[in-house]
Order: sequence, then C-alpha cells, then structure tokens
Amino acid sequence: MIPLSQHIGAPCTALVKKGDRVLVGQLIGDSNARLTAPVHSSVSGTVSGIVSIEAPGGRQVEAVSITNDGQYEVSPDLKVDQDPLEMEPAEIIRRIRDAGIVGMGGATFPTHFKLSVPEGKKIDTLIVNGVECEPFLTADHRLMLESGDEIVKGIRVAMRALKVQRAFIGIEENKPDAIETLSRILVGERSIEVVPLKVKYPQGAEKQLIKTVLNREVPSGGLPLDVGVVVINVGTAAAIADALYRGMPLIRRVVTVTGSIVREPGNILARIGTPVSHLVESCGGLTEDFGKVIVGGPMMGIAHHTLDTPVTKGMSGVLLYSKSESKVTEPTVCVRCGKCVQVCPMGLMPGILADMVDAGKCELAQRDHILDCIECGCCAYICPANRRIVQSIRLGKNEITRRRSQSA
Amino acid sequence: MQGAVTVRVSSSPHLTAGITTPVIMRDVLIALMPATIAGVVFFGLHTALIIILSVVTAVVSEALIQKVLGRPVTINDMSAAVAGLLFALVLPPTVDLWLSVVGAFLAIFVGKQVFGGLGYNPFNPALVGRAIVMASWPVAMTTWTWPSVGSLEAAIGGAAGNAGLDALSGATPLALMKYHGIQVSYKSLFLGDVAGCIGETSVLALLVGAAYLLYRGHITWHTPVAFMGTVAVMMVIMGQDPLFHLLSGGLVIGAFFMATDYVTSPYTPKGQLIFGIGCGILTALIRIYGGYPEGVCYAILLMNAATPLIDRYAKPKRFGEVTQSA
Repeated sequence: MIPLSQHIGAPCTALVKKGDRVLVGQLIGDSNARLTAPVHSSVSGTVSGIVSIEAPGGRQVEAVSITNDGQYEVSPDLKVDQDPLEMEPAEIIRRIRDAGIVGMGGATFPTHFKLSVPEGKKIDTLIVNGVECEPFLTADHRLMLESGDEIVKGIRVAMRALKVQRAFIGIEENKPDAIETLSRILVGERSIEVVPLKVKYPQGAEKQLIKTVLNREVPSGGLPLDVGVVVINVGTAAAIADALYRGMPLIRRVVTVTGSIVREPGNILARIGTPVSHLVESCGGLTEDFGKVIVGGPMMGIAHHTLDTPVTKGMSGVLLYSKSESKVTEPTVCVRCGKCVQVCPMGLMPGILADMVDAGKCELAQRDHILDCIECGCCAYICPANRRIVQSIRLGKNEITRRRSQSA
Repeated sequence: MQGAVTVRVSSSPHLTAGITTPVIMRDVLIALMPATIAGVVFFGLHTALIIILSVVTAVVSEALIQKVLGRPVTINDMSAAVAGLLFALVLPPTVDLWLSVVGAFLAIFVGKQVFGGLGYNPFNPALVGRAIVMASWPVAMTTWTWPSVGSLEAAIGGAAGNAGLDALSGATPLALMKYHGIQVSYKSLFLGDVAGCIGETSVLALLVGAAYLLYRGHITWHTPVAFMGTVAVMMVIMGQDPLFHLLSGGLVIGAFFMATDYVTSPYTPKGQLIFGIGCGILTALIRIYGGYPEGVCYAILLMNAATPLIDRYAKPKRFGEVTQSA
C-alpha cells in the first residue's frame, strides 16, 4: 500500500491502474506542482487498485495497492550513467526530485525543493542531522553505524548541488560509536566534520541544531536559508547516495520498532508500503494488546489507531505503548509555575499561548509569536497540571493559517 | 479486529515528566520539614499543636468550602496543606490555638477560595492569613519568646547592659536592632536559636529545605537571589549591616518559600528577577523606615499585586527575535 502523499506539498496522481504490472523502482505517481515528490513502487507485482486510506493524523490519502509477487524484480529504467560529483548541480537536483526523496527525519519536505536555493540567498554550510534526539528512536543511529559510507557519499553530492565547501554532521554524544564510525570514514577529509553534541532534547530540531553548530539563529518566521544553511537528515543523505550512485529511488528506509511490549525491538530496513503489522511481527510480535501506536517518537510522533498502516518515507519509528502506559491524566488547573516558559527552546510562553487559543483569541497568540512554536512537546512534558499545551497551540496555529489562506 | 479494542489516539507529546502539582506540593512539605522540626525543638510542643491545627484546618476548610460552592474537592493536590503549614510557620510560637485555626481558615477562604481556588488567587494565601490575623490581634501576633534564657544570652552576649535580659526577652533580633541598637550574633541567627516566628528563625534549616527545592527544579534562583540580594544592597546603601538583615526575620523563609509561590509570582525568569528586586526594596524600606521591625510579609503581598503587570511586560527573549534595527 503505497500512499501517493508521503510528503509536504501536493499529493501525486497515480500513473498506474488496476491490473498493471509494476517493478521495483518504477514510477507510480507524480504531480505537476512545484512542491511535490514522486512516488515509486518498492516491490514488483500487480496493482490491485487505487484506494483511499487514513494516514496517521486522520487525513484521507490515496494509495496504490500492489500485490507483491515476491520476485523483487528491479525496473530496467534505473539510470547509473555519470559520476554524481561531475554532474551539474541542477542535474543532481533534478535526479533527487525524480527519485522522490523527501526529508527522512520525519518532516518529509521534498529535498529537491530544499536544495534549490532561491535567487539572492547565499548558502555556505550544509548541516547533516544525525542527532536523533527523540527518545526510543535509533534508526539514524543504526544507519550511521551500518551505512556511514553511503551517508558520506550522499553528503558530498548534496554539497555539490548546493555549491558549498563545508558540511557538519551533528551527532548527540549518546552515540559514541556512530561518532567514531563517521569520524573514521572522514579521516583526512577537510570539508566535512563530525560535531559531537550534548544530549539535550530537542537538539535535533533544525533551528536549535544550527544555533549549536554555527551559533546562528534562524530569524522568527524565517528559514535556515536565511542564515546561509541547509539542514538534511542522515537518512536523506543516504537516500541521495542511493539515487545518484545506484539509480534507485526512495523505496525503503530504516524504521525503529520499539516499546516495552515489543518482544524483540529493533531497527528494520523496510520497504515503503509494507504494513506496520508485518514489521511488528518481524520483531517477535507484542507481549500484550497495545494501548497506543505512535508513528515517530514519543515527543512529536502521531498517534494512530491501528497497525494496519503502511510504512511511509517519513516513518522513522513505530512506538507501541501498553494499555497502562497509555493511561491519560486529566488536566488540572494551571498554577503559573512558569516551567513551560523555562523549557521552551523557542523562548515562547507556551502555557499563555494555550490560554489565548483556548479563549478564542488567536490574534493575541499570533502577536505573541505562536507560529514560532516547533511543537517539540517540552512544555506539555514538564507541565505539572498535565495541560494539553501543544494540542491547544496546534489548534491555534491551524486556525491562524486557515484564516490567512482564506483572506489571501 | 474482533471485540472492542480501546486504543488511545491523543496529541503529542506522548510522554510526561510525571512531576504533577501534588508531587511539587509534597516536595514543598518535605522541604519545610527541617524548619518545622527546628521550630518545635526551639519553641516547644505547643508549636507542634499550632502547626497541626493549622494544616488540618486549612485542608478541612478547603474541602468544606469547595463542597458548599459545588466545586470539585481538590485537597489531594496538597496545596491547602502547604498553605496551612506556611501560615503556621510564620506565627509567633506563643499564639493560642484558636488563632491558628481562625487564621488558617481565613488564609484558605479569603486568600484562595474566594478567587476561585488554586491558580486564581492574586495574593499568597499564607501571607493573607497572616496579614488579617496581624491586623486583628496585633498583641498576640507580636508576643515573642526566646527558645531559652541561654539563647538570648548567647545571642547578645553582654549587650543587655543595665536593663538586664528580662527587659529584652520579648523582642526579636530585628526589634532589638531597630529599637535598642543591639546586634544579635550571626551564629545564633544562622542556627535559629532566637526569638521569632515558629519556622522563620533557623536559616540553616530553611536553606537545607530550599536546596532540596532547587535540586528538584521546583524553584529557581531568580526570585530568592534577587530578593535577598536587593535587601543586602539596600542595607549597605542605608548604612545597615547587610549580613544581619539577611539572617534575621522572615527574609529567608519569605525569599525561598513565599515569594516563590507559583500562583502569585511572575512566570518568566525576567519577571521573577523584577519581582524579587521589588520585594527586596519594600522589605528594606519597611524594616528601616516603616512602623514595623519586619517587612517581608507586606513586601511580598504588595509585589503579588504587581505580578500581573510584571507578567505583561517581562517576556523572555525569543529564539530568532528580529530586532527593530535589523
């Protein structure tokens, strides 16, 4: 089941129909919009139909349903004809687009768009995100240990596409083996440097990462390109290498399957479109009924209601909670302790913003920069009253963007 | 799937630190234990009764008021117990038990529940109780004793002079300084073997408790340091002994346990600094120029009134704040 929308931007339209035979790496969906990413088959088999499924978060998306023939026959259309490091940047970016590569840290922003620097903006640094600050997730960690070479190859290609001379790989210090592995690969390399980082959530958030590595603050309402930086995830870098060196589009990714009720938690290199229930089976199944299934990590992941959902490009992990771990505590009254203010990495006053949204005063919240919120969850995590701060802030942000698009 | 399977689909984050309001209140009670014990040790078992009655009255009052007003009963969060304990700790050890009961009730009723309960009160409930009781029964609220004759002797050495210790045995160290010009030793002040309110005298016991709260992350250094630092600076400016003032009266208990009350103090670090400085200035002014030897209680209550104003303007520095000139 391969969703036609696994990215930020316009969903793809299916280019295949029921009964078509498809091969691994074959293009099955695309769109004419600028901000989009094509979708490819991760298996060989027959298309059984175009269906509508519910994505985690509740959105209905179209998906291509394929009956896997078990052959994994690869499409002959995959191109490996030129050394990427000799390609023109525009060509590299085109191939990244054609490979359907999106941000694999979970944001799923189309990478070709991110690497296409607009006129007037000057980029001098590429930062590669190997921080993986979400608790429980180890997909990037495992990728760095086993595919370090691929990651570095991808970084070099991305540097060429951006025309930058230097790159930094940020890795939290709780992954000393990954730091060591990548440092070893990069011995003698002067333009790429591994930067060990203090373990502190949310160090992996791109604004915070840029601040720590380069001491530059992305301005409120701005993007990393405003401070001359582009940030990509290590998984994205590896996908770039796959696409440019092997011609293989984005059809698989490392997914962490974990939780106290998973018998043998671990990381699985899974093909896009595989039902999550299969991944869980490969991990020995569950010791008891799950109370919660979270796509992503515990701080920013999206809770879903079933394991019957496909692996997508942005699925860094699947976290399963037992029934007792899923118990909810009712919110109590805000005691104005100010802990949410102390922990907010964006310098906002989360509890107050939530108050404003709850009172229906989104304009006040907008004036107090609610749109700067990165939804990291630190506020709700620390709140002694168990207030649903992030939930309220999200409602407020959605309302504001909705009003904006209506009046625009 | 067969049968009814309940799966929770809720908003991120899906993890919590588990430090709930009752946990914080419990930690405050723990932090106040050293000072409570010191009070009973110095001033006798009667103080234990004052304290117990105050806490019980506070909790029972809250439950009763909430029931009568049709609100959910929230005594489980232990905030009433904390208010009851703090109220008792700032009473003179000589008060009659009925005063403890009446004051604790007023602290909860006037100081908290009339405003809507926890989270809605503008003034520190324990201090509201104390202020009402002080205004209503001023003699009872200013009748002091020293833990023992030996304590007074040790504290002032031979400074009693011709008047003799008896004449001074009803004065607190602050009163001794303000009205008699007699300095109490730092050691006595630090240990707490001096006249004063039940829980305010032992700086040592209070600091131990404060250290626990700081370690647990329930209070930060901003308010206490700003408060006490400002008092010290003001005293130097006014030609008084800063260390003496830091160690006497209700400053330590006020700075660490009252001025840091969440509900009634600002919620940003910048605001807390301003709040602390304001408390410090007012305390110093009342102590030196005001009618009372002690000013902490009123200083905090006055600054409580300023908290909403401070909160409106003392906003934290945002990430990526775009300055006007940029």
